[in-house]
Amino acid sequence: MRDINISELERKFQEKIDNDVKIEPNDWMPEEYRQTLIRQISQHAHSEIVGMLPEGNWITRAPNLRRKAVLLAKVQDEAGHGLYLYSATETLGADREETIDDLHSGKAKYSSIFNYPTLTWADMGAIGWLVDGAAIMNQVPLCRCSYGPYARAMVRVCKEESFHQRQGFEIMTQLAQGTPEQKAMAQDALNRFWWPALMMFGPSDADSKHTAQSVQWKIKRHTNDELRQQFVEVTVPQAELIGLTVPDKDLKFNEANGHYEFGEIDWTEFWEVVKGNGPCNKDRLDARRKAKENGMWVREAANAFAAKRAARKSA
Amino acid sequence: MNSLFEYVLRLGDDSLILGHRLSEWCGHGPILEEDIAMTNISLDLVGQATSLLGYAGELEGKGRDADALAFLRFDREYKNLLLVEQPNGDFGMTMMRQFFFDAYRKPLFEKLQHSSDKHLAAIAEKSLKETKYHLKHSSEWVIRLGDGTEESNARVQESLNTLWRYTNELFFTNEVDAELVEKGIVPTMQEIQNEWNATVTAVLNEATLTIPTNNWKQEGGRKGLHSEHLGYILAELQYMQRAYPNMQW
Repeated sequence: MRDINISELERKFQEKIDNDVKIEPNDWMPEEYRQTLIRQISQHAHSEIVGMLPEGNWITRAPNLRRKAVLLAKVQDEAGHGLYLYSATETLGADREETIDDLHSGKAKYSSIFNYPTLTWADMGAIGWLVDGAAIMNQVPLCRCSYGPYARAMVRVCKEESFHQRQGFEIMTQLAQGTPEQKAMAQDALNRFWWPALMMFGPSDADSKHTAQSVQWKIKRHTNDELRQQFVEVTVPQAELIGLTVPDKDLKFNEANGHYEFGEIDWTEFWEVVKGNGPCNKDRLDARRKAKENGMWVREAANAFAAKRAARKSA
Repeated sequence: MNSLFEYVLRLGDDSLILGHRLSEWCGHGPILEEDIAMTNISLDLVGQATSLLGYAGELEGKGRDADALAFLRFDREYKNLLLVEQPNGDFGMTMMRQFFFDAYRKPLFEKLQHSSDKHLAAIAEKSLKETKYHLKHSSEWVIRLGDGTEESNARVQESLNTLWRYTNELFFTNEVDAELVEKGIVPTMQEIQNEWNATVTAVLNEATLTIPTNNWKQEGGRKGLHSEHLGYILAELQYMQRAYPNMQW
């Protein structure tokens, strides 16, 4: 009897999805759908928060007041996205603190791109242009994701990411048109961030264990390889426009089909960084853990004060 | 001496250096909401620095813009308060420093928004809106931490004891102020100090904190005599402009 009910619920659930009706927090959903979303949204939230660190690294050294203000605003947006997304996981019954502890213990993942160091000012340009650019490719389809709160959060996030991408490209353009030192700085940043940016779309479709089910549930609308291809199509002409060279000797435009063909990603590097062996994995997690530990007394004080105030009110 | 230039420069340098200090927190705050709040305040201060230093450059009339003043002066030419260059310490230290500063800036901007100098009045009016919010935020944290746990009370009392010595300089005056007060461009520091005393006494009492009794005071920033900390701030702040001179970014 119970089995029939469950399969009936599942049928109705899939029917809603097929008809593009949003799933809302109080609707019935398969446990696996819930867990997939918690995993994906919390990874996204963690990426926003960890992603503050490589850019935060250059705030105190930004070259002028305007760049400093823009970078501050951008990193602040990322913190805001993190807050939004942690709230979205809470609508699925996840606990924010536990979710964050999973990040700190290494159980939960975040985007590997943030495990690469930001060595020069040009990296602020490369991150905005390539990393936020790749994030937009990934996230625009999420505005139509089947889960309502995530889809709505993504609408706002994408607007801001689009601004981030433009400011990054503007930094790169300024450098590429600047002195020989500035142009070299921009090219070096592109060389270092190009391949990690392509890796942001995840493993190739053949090796991606989550894609098929997520596509059926409309959590995901395109495969990793489709999005990666789209990113290359958009970004290569931008590099050419500002006179920078994409560091891929196999990159070529196929006149016959109108698409770019590009070289093979170093999947060994990809999996090593995912496993925790990238240049900054340890630094990033240490920084997050340290922030939490150093802030413990502040959170305790805030709770104690709130309790005292409530007690005084009721007295 | 160009007194108004000197006066606006002081205000601009305070915003610049405190904005820099707060920006060091970005990504490392005790809770996400506070990370956002501190970055936001930092952003306000960088915006104020841009307006104030831009105006200072105009008053000076030697072709220096806000960036030239922010990034290309030497240590002894910065006129910010010693208070704002003090290290962040823990979150309580940062909030106490911010509170002392906000409690001074709010009455100052309230008066300056009516300055006979229209440009300065306009900057003060805009900055006042931000400063009121900053003061509310820092006061609430001082109270919360002071009246929170035993540990938080002890920590923030220690921060209060450390920073108290820098508070007298908030009300520093010399011939620059005298001339501008005389002309009706700026308020007397006595008015600002009275209001500061009232705010600080009320908030620290509510926070169950004790005002230190020692009167050991430090000053020098307004005369360009800084603590050792400023040199390191400038080393970071000016790095790009010094390493790659005369380039556009």
